[in-house]
Amino acid sequence: MKFSVLRFPGSNCDQDCVHALNAIPGASAEYVWHKDTSLAGFDAVVVPGGFSYGDYLRCGAIARFSPIMKAVGEFAAGGGPVIGICNGFQILCECGLLPGALVRNRDLHFVCEHVSLRVERDDSQFTRAAAAGQILNIPIAHGEGCYFADEATLDRLRANGQVLLRYCDPSGQASDASNPNGSRDNIAGIRNEAGNVFGLMPHPERACDPLLGSTDGLAIFQGIIGN
Amino acid sequence: MKALVTVMPKPSVLDPQGAAAAEAMRHLGMENVGRVRIGKLIEIELPDGADEARLNEISRDLLSNPVIEDFEVKIVNR
Repeated sequence: MKFSVLRFPGSNCDQDCVHALNAIPGASAEYVWHKDTSLAGFDAVVVPGGFSYGDYLRCGAIARFSPIMKAVGEFAAGGGPVIGICNGFQILCECGLLPGALVRNRDLHFVCEHVSLRVERDDSQFTRAAAAGQILNIPIAHGEGCYFADEATLDRLRANGQVLLRYCDPSGQASDASNPNGSRDNIAGIRNEAGNVFGLMPHPERACDPLLGSTDGLAIFQGIIGN
Repeated sequence: MKALVTVMPKPSVLDPQGAAAAEAMRHLGMENVGRVRIGKLIEIELPDGADEARLNEISRDLLSNPVIEDFEVKIVNR
């Protein structure tokens, strides 16, 4: 499976994503510049983390209008898998491929730590390599990762089973104390209604090598590759 | 002409910056301070007669995010 990893000015997790993906059997990854207009030949899209356009205005607000995003919209509309990680999640929300928005963390701090994530369902292409209820240990690193959506949107997300990952404690309880940024309903990752677009604040690409302290991130990419 | 676009977090959105500023004001002796909200003021220079309807669209689509923010466009120095 051939992944495209988008590069915006200010992306800084693009190399980590390409490195992690190229080490997984069955996957290969290539960079795609944000001024490119085609995703022809690719089977999946990764919108990586970083600070696209310096996070000016709002995180992801300017990247949303980059030429490549039109192709991403068409790719997603055609059912192709798209995963947005951290800043990539923010971009996917800004461009409307995912509902809601990411705002400043509850306590204003930039949080950089390993967190526990509960896999809410394993019938999604992004989580099928894990088990429902499994706890993944994956790092987060963000200042604006507080997931916000109005009550009606949250109800819809829950009713459609679109919440794939929640922040939890090591025993799997999703509580206020285990919520690192104030996200509504402890939401760490959601998918769109069609199920082919996934956004998450944690960085699975930083948890793909035992040297980095966890390999739990592999499950996310392996899920996509299992297509 | 000049346009001033005010962008404010919606009342339902947590504004930790505003809360932190309110707390600091209380520490400075203004104990009776109420809710503080922090937004953005965007100053835009435009040629006279510029398309105000388009400016409104861009304020909605780029300068603000309707999920979390409200905006208001004011034309000054017409």
